Amino acid sequence: MTEILRMTKLKIEGFSDEQWVPIVKGVDVRLDKGEVLGLIGESGAGKSTIGLASMAYTRMGCRITGDSIVFDGMELFGADEEFLRKIRGTRIAYVAQSAAGSFNPAHRLIKQYAEAPVQHGIMNFDEAEKKAVDIYRRLLLPDPERIGYRYPHQVSGGQLQRAMVAMAMACTPDIIIFDEPTTALDVTTQIEVLAAIKKITREFNTAALYITHDLAVVAQIADRIMVLRYGELVEENNAREIIASPKEEYTRALLSVRTLTEHKDLSESEKDIILDVRDVSASYSGKQTDLVLEDINLKIRRGRTVALVGESGSGKSTLARVITGLLPPLKGEVIYEGKALPPALKNRTREMLRLAQMIYQMPDTALNPRHKVRMVIGRPLAFYFGMRGQERDNRVYELLEQIELPRKYIDRYPNELSGGEKQRVCIARSLAAKPDLIICDEPTSALDQLVAEGILKLLQELQNELRVSYLFITHDLATVKAISDEMVVMLKGRIVEQGVKKDVLAPPHHEYTELLLSSVPEMDPDWLDNVLEERKRKGIKMQEFVQS
Amino acid sequence: MAFLKLLRQSPLSARIGLAMILINVFAAIFTPWIAPYTETEVVGDVWLEMSRDHLLGTDHLGRDMFTRLIYGARNTIAIAFITTILSFLVGIICGFFAATLGGWTDQFLSRFIDILMAFPTLIFALMVLSVVGTSIAALIVVIALLDSTRVYRLSRAVAMDIEVMEYVEAARLRGEGIWWIMRREILPNAMPPLVAEFGLRFCFVFLFIAALSFLGLGIQPPTADWGGMVRENAGAITFGILTPLFPAGAIAFLTVGVNLIVDWFLHIASGLKD
Amino acid sequence: MSGLRGLVIRRILMGLVTMFVISLLIFVGVEALPGDLATAILGQEATPETVAAFRKELKLDLPPHVRYIAWLGDFMKGDLGTSLANKRPVAELISWRFANTIFLAASAAVLAVPLSILLGILAALYRNSLFDKTISMVTLSTISFPEFFVAYILIALLSVQLIIFPSISNINDQMSFAQKIYSIVLPCLTLTLVVMAHMMRQTRAAIINILASPFIEMARLKGIKRMRVIVLHAFPNALSPVINVVAINLAYLIVGVVIVEVVFVYPGLGQLLVDSVSKRDIPVVQASGLIFAAVYVSLNLLADVASILTNPRMRNPK
Repeated sequence: MTEILRMTKLKIEGFSDEQWVPIVKGVDVRLDKGEVLGLIGESGAGKSTIGLASMAYTRMGCRITGDSIVFDGMELFGADEEFLRKIRGTRIAYVAQSAAGSFNPAHRLIKQYAEAPVQHGIMNFDEAEKKAVDIYRRLLLPDPERIGYRYPHQVSGGQLQRAMVAMAMACTPDIIIFDEPTTALDVTTQIEVLAAIKKITREFNTAALYITHDLAVVAQIADRIMVLRYGELVEENNAREIIASPKEEYTRALLSVRTLTEHKDLSESEKDIILDVRDVSASYSGKQTDLVLEDINLKIRRGRTVALVGESGSGKSTLARVITGLLPPLKGEVIYEGKALPPALKNRTREMLRLAQMIYQMPDTALNPRHKVRMVIGRPLAFYFGMRGQERDNRVYELLEQIELPRKYIDRYPNELSGGEKQRVCIARSLAAKPDLIICDEPTSALDQLVAEGILKLLQELQNELRVSYLFITHDLATVKAISDEMVVMLKGRIVEQGVKKDVLAPPHHEYTELLLSSVPEMDPDWLDNVLEERKRKGIKMQEFVQS
Repeated sequence: MAFLKLLRQSPLSARIGLAMILINVFAAIFTPWIAPYTETEVVGDVWLEMSRDHLLGTDHLGRDMFTRLIYGARNTIAIAFITTILSFLVGIICGFFAATLGGWTDQFLSRFIDILMAFPTLIFALMVLSVVGTSIAALIVVIALLDSTRVYRLSRAVAMDIEVMEYVEAARLRGEGIWWIMRREILPNAMPPLVAEFGLRFCFVFLFIAALSFLGLGIQPPTADWGGMVRENAGAITFGILTPLFPAGAIAFLTVGVNLIVDWFLHIASGLKD
Repeated sequence: MSGLRGLVIRRILMGLVTMFVISLLIFVGVEALPGDLATAILGQEATPETVAAFRKELKLDLPPHVRYIAWLGDFMKGDLGTSLANKRPVAELISWRFANTIFLAASAAVLAVPLSILLGILAALYRNSLFDKTISMVTLSTISFPEFFVAYILIALLSVQLIIFPSISNINDQMSFAQKIYSIVLPCLTLTLVVMAHMMRQTRAAIINILASPFIEMARLKGIKRMRVIVLHAFPNALSPVINVVAINLAYLIVGVVIVEVVFVYPGLGQLLVDSVSKRDIPVVQASGLIFAAVYVSLNLLADVASILTNPRMRNPK
């Protein structure tokens, strides 16, 4: 195969703390015509920066320092802007993570689509439009003749992302850079966009750099995969081999995630119910007509983990707000150990509040940046148990030990901790109240894969030790499979299916559960093709459940 | 200590700004020791040139300009400072209450303040002062109240941003009272924008009082005050005598200094975020 | 479209309510005067007869709400009452001066608006260049200067030293347009300098904010020419914030004009207001205050309506 792009000893620096620090430390990247190369790594791996560098472009405060970027025989490193401008958009195109931000709100989609081909003098507007309709159709966008005449904010997220893929394809480039194009999407939408990307790159035989943190996603698309960490290459191989037999420890770690399963005795199912949500309906406006939750019934037993699964807008976080009293329900009640809790937070006693604690998605915003760890963990101790001084410090030390952080962390501020450490402190804060129930609202989705793994393991150990129950809210089915005992699937404010995990996961499923389960990428390069094949056979329309 | 370290890394503009402020503060504190004469003492002829005896010459009544300028520093800065503090107390307390309580309290306060803010401050102050008279106490209270509308807006907005943070929700769920939430959760995090705003508001109030005094409606003679001194000596300019530029320049000197520091502070604060 | 129109109508109604409350405040403010207004104005030595006559003249003998409605009704009809100081109708006093004020403010605006938008955009485009840093330093200082400082520097330079322009800006109806312009050069320049500093900084900030959006990066990565990126992608989105900046600064100009008028002894509404405040000529103060407020409120209203109308997301609702 012929080579289209070669970056040799690519070095990129970023400006921080008044000095230039290396971000990418001499990585070699080679891309052949029509080949899809996956760049994978956790945050800080430098993968997006490498992607942009293939167009000899850097963001504000970054610079490329070497050694060479050769595209189709032309050296781009150090080339003048006008030369680069003629290549960008025509021969190398870019697809960003956030379609909503990357489309200009002032112009119609078709105008933005046609801009590159018309401005570069490749075709006139009518020709561009004709081609746009063809590409929109190939990408399965609804109403391809007219969707281009909408404004960006008038189409759904998944459609907009596909419209951006179409825009990148406008000049039939040699290479497209996909920068986490599905990360911001729900799983059922992600699979559509993935399918669209795979289809279009194959049909036009376009080479691509596919950047993501999700190995299962990249396995579907890429021919070859490069694993990156801290701006350096860890391992490079073709996709099938890297998944079948990873050579490096780090790659193995990335592959082996979400395998912690443990089998508890789930037979005594009616005993020990600590929380019982009965017939709850709720809305933010207070009106019956726009219910966010409808007739929710849910039981949580001591020492168990109930996973609440659903996509954005399904009402799962709202349910947490009802349970904690932040949003009093319109109808129904929340019963704790046989006694109904007052619906509003302000009417609950301190003791009632102590029993249910929260862990949040973003550890950055869940910790007051002006409070030291001593204060964060110590406050619930003082507040609920009246602990003071040395007694309180000792208990804080015990808790730090439980979450596996060193004692000296007691005097640290949150910004002196890593993301995973912050989340551990959040866990300690909730444990300090000695709760019966911890509501975990997507506690791992903002964390890097391996860090998330550690948090899940910790949560499980704590459960075994303390018999605390979890209500685990998540959109990530891999996490559910790893940690839950029972599962509740939500769609548009209703529960569509619930029960013991292995029953829910085993067929027959409710249609939506089926769609949801089958949309989760697996570490199998043939997974996407198989699922699409299967869906075609069964005649399932992708858009059926997802509002546009 | 941390401050000293920051200062060592500070850009030149910030150091100049700090020096400018310190000179003013020094003059305001040690007034009687620095000033060669007393505040209202007539020491010579009208509008004398600069000389060894009279560093900046004399004013329209033959008082020493340098002395008046030093006393003016004390009076003008002190009044502006007290006014700004009062304005912040009122503005922050109302703003935080509106943000944490929400609902009707917020609606009522915010609508009321929207209307007050739709009224040009200078015109409002002129009208109110024409009614209540121009005592220093009236001046401070009127300007502080008018200015607190701006502080209210900002502190409410800042508090609202912090209010939606999960650590505040966590405190609510723990059962903390509104006082704890305002004081321990919101206030420490609202400090950086509020401190910057304090600098800006101080400049505004300072210029505002100067403007009022210049119009003859602020601090009344014979009290030395920079705005008023510009007014008293305005006639000199047409004779080519630069006397009115000294107090006017002194006002500019202090506000430039404060603005330089605020600029630097905003730069640091924005850097801390990421 | 109904959503958009609804928004605009609501904003206009809000403006009307604001004006109503302001008129009420102005009225009540005078009511709240400590002690008896008549004695306060006439002084302690006034005989009871003069006080009584004065009270009648001000209609102080009627209940407040009746007086308020009468006052507002007269105001709407153009009858602004009679000045206490020289017994002439306030409307007559004000109309000529108001026209002068608008003349001065408008000339300053004509100069300041295009210039500051242009410089603001340039500063944003060449961010961190020497040009940008100079502008930022100069505007920061200008913002910190009181208006009269700028005014007296200009007088000292252009009027006293170089003797080019008059330091007193007296205009009357006999003057030709050119003569009028000549006599207001200095106040106009003062206002321009002061307003420009604000307008330029805010324009710069608004443009930089837009330039940081991901869709600008996208346009650049599509290989679009720099000029086109700015005109076609940045400009339509910057329109709304920039219009807002302009209107807010025009409102600021209207207020800043008061001090400048006093410095240059310009026969405008601001000068009249300040004089009347020191003379405690309440009817004149009320009338000119209300006019200033009306202009200020309308400009702010205009700013909001314009930024609603130029916001692409609002113009093309779902």
